[in-house]
Amino acid sequence: MTTLLLLAALAPLGYLAFRLGRGKALQTMAAGISMHSRPQQYGWYSVVWMGLPALGVAIAAALLSVFGVIAPSRELVLIVSLVVALLGLAHGLRAIRPDVRARNILDNTIRWLLLSAALISIITTVSIVLSILFEAMRFFREVSVWEFITGTVWAPGDTFLEAAGRGDEVGEGTSFFGSVPLFAGTFMVTAIAMATALPIGLLSAIFMSEYATRAQRGIAKPVLEILAGIPTVVYGFFAAITVTPIIVDIAAFFGLDASYSNILSPGIVMGIMIIPFISSLSDDVINSIPQSLREGAYALGTTHSETIKKVILPAALPGVISAFLLGVSRALGETMIVVMAAGVRPNLTWNPLEDMTTVTVNIVYSLTGDLAFDSPQTLSAFALGLVLFIVTLMLNLVSTYLVRRFKQNYD
Amino acid sequence: MQRRLTGSANDPLIRARYRRESRFKAYSIAALFVAFGIIVAFFTDIISQGYSAFWQSEIRVTLDYNERAERIGRFAIPEDLREIVSRGAVRSIPLQIRNNPELAGTTRTEWVPVYSRVDQYLKGKEDLPPALASQVNELKAAGVIRTTFNWAFFTSGDSKLPELAGIFSAAVGSLLVLAVTLAFAFPIGVMSAIYLEEFAPDNKLTQAIEVNINNLAAVPSIIFGLLGLAVFINTFGVPRSSALVGGLTLGLMTLPIIIISTRAALRAVPDPIRLGAFAMGCSRWQVVRDHVLPLSLPGILTGTIIGLAQAMGETAPLIIVGMIAYIPEAPTSIFESATVLPAQIFTWASEPRKAFVEKTGAGIIVLLAILLTLNATAVFLRRKFERRW
Repeated sequence: MTTLLLLAALAPLGYLAFRLGRGKALQTMAAGISMHSRPQQYGWYSVVWMGLPALGVAIAAALLSVFGVIAPSRELVLIVSLVVALLGLAHGLRAIRPDVRARNILDNTIRWLLLSAALISIITTVSIVLSILFEAMRFFREVSVWEFITGTVWAPGDTFLEAAGRGDEVGEGTSFFGSVPLFAGTFMVTAIAMATALPIGLLSAIFMSEYATRAQRGIAKPVLEILAGIPTVVYGFFAAITVTPIIVDIAAFFGLDASYSNILSPGIVMGIMIIPFISSLSDDVINSIPQSLREGAYALGTTHSETIKKVILPAALPGVISAFLLGVSRALGETMIVVMAAGVRPNLTWNPLEDMTTVTVNIVYSLTGDLAFDSPQTLSAFALGLVLFIVTLMLNLVSTYLVRRFKQNYD
Repeated sequence: MQRRLTGSANDPLIRARYRRESRFKAYSIAALFVAFGIIVAFFTDIISQGYSAFWQSEIRVTLDYNERAERIGRFAIPEDLREIVSRGAVRSIPLQIRNNPELAGTTRTEWVPVYSRVDQYLKGKEDLPPALASQVNELKAAGVIRTTFNWAFFTSGDSKLPELAGIFSAAVGSLLVLAVTLAFAFPIGVMSAIYLEEFAPDNKLTQAIEVNINNLAAVPSIIFGLLGLAVFINTFGVPRSSALVGGLTLGLMTLPIIIISTRAALRAVPDPIRLGAFAMGCSRWQVVRDHVLPLSLPGILTGTIIGLAQAMGETAPLIIVGMIAYIPEAPTSIFESATVLPAQIFTWASEPRKAFVEKTGAGIIVLLAILLTLNATAVFLRRKFERRW
């Protein structure tokens, strides 16, 4: 609210500053003195002198109160920044002289403003790392890292009693935070997804870039990309309502017993979601392979498919692998499909027809309950998030590295 | 028809190679058709699940505003119809009488929604006890029950009674969240892109920013939810479940998309335009403001629309910052609790009652329609302003 009030107060002041600054410059020029910059640039120059220090004060005050150093009242902040604005305005107007290079100063100010906008991405990353790390540390103070990494039992179930102040009813050591079953479920669903997406995506890309006519490609590519635009919550509904019953029926037909929250259905649907990523990335890679390679292969008498298999795919391999890795990183972090269609029971198994649960499901369920924010179960979400962040970051770095390292220069 | 093969084409080895060739081509076509088949199956499935929610059965009843109805609305309805009429629809009768005292003691004939299970029965989706079913059939035959377009689905908020639940409050919430996302991500995104593309020297800091943006674009969305929870809610004290926290969280997520597409749009502006402006004595900022930005604006807008469409379909981070609250009334400011369309869909999908399945489907149809419109707009903009230099 203070920010809005401040902006509302600064806007007319800014207009005033612009008029005054330009007016002074125009007066000086009317007196026959030549100025370094255009009059409106002096107008903006005084706006900068008015606005930036005032905003600086407001931001500094906000930071101070957030980090708990001192908490100045809103009114105080507002009054001080307005006073600073007026002082800045007075100084800016006084500073307008023929030899002031308003244009250069403006350019530099804008450069700094733009740079600070660009720094927000770094700030975001740093705050992701710090905030998640900080909460995860609080979790690891209660649960050992070793147990978290190697434990095979995930049973935070009783902690809600502790959080409700009834910890003595369950006694010590009843909650287990071994994340292996969660990661097993996550890797299972990822493996199923990639087993679905890779063949369909890669073969579609081969068709689009090698066999299809221009018109066919013009239809196929946007149609496939529809799949990428479908929200994941919709995929989740599709998996839970339509795909799961089909899988249970098919399994029953073969005499198998499938759970209604089996991991196969979200895996397949997640694969469908990833198809367009694989296909359009591979398509780009295959297209970037120069025609001369194909023609060289044809000249040796290979058929089209042999050219694709022996020449084009090996040349495109780094790109395809990096598309695959990006697909894996999406599958690992995908949430809604598994929340809606997979189970919540941590289960260490190889059978995709049983229910398993994943890391993201547990993050969602630990943070949507009625638990106190500092209960170990709530904090466990951040520990899981930290691992997820690190793993996906690694995958992204490896895939960018692969592309850069193996990018061949054909010209 | 078998083609007559001559010369080396008769060689069995070569024929095997040709067969392999056509088999491989068939595989690649089959893969594409599998993908198309999935798309068709998907849309058919969602539409067939959801379209029936756009219709709602109504029953004509004589509302009797008697003394007992002043306290409990149900008593305004003839006793034999109480099982059929929606409980929610008559709940407001006492309030009506209180606001409008001359209603008391009068009667009026009106069409009111029926109970969701009866509605489902009439749509052939659920069974009723035989006695009730035959009563409903008689009423239908007598023309007392009709089916109309379900306008209430678009004008009312969420409800625990399926026959009354609508998407209005979620739509308003989505709009507010998107407004915050746009207000936050668009200026910062465009400014960052301008810096990186037009101003930045090639040094360590620039490279660090670039690597960062590319990585941020691939961070799982749920991590942004954790960030929003830890930073915005716990550190800065932004109200939980509000459109503000949702919009900021999605804004951080959309930022890299906007930066990357804006950079592509800026890069597409050819250098001679910059050099020409420099030659006329423009400063760097003047070149960008007066020449590069106007020329790249269509590209920037296209990227922004695509980023917003992605933000609009996002659910996971919003659930983490608490936007799955039950919101029957549309929020009026960005500080109030709100929900968004995908979160509303998620809430309905986790309802055990069967009537909510069609609501979920209908919500999905609306969401997909909005997203397709947004994406089509982006494609249209790109086509219209596409420029070859």
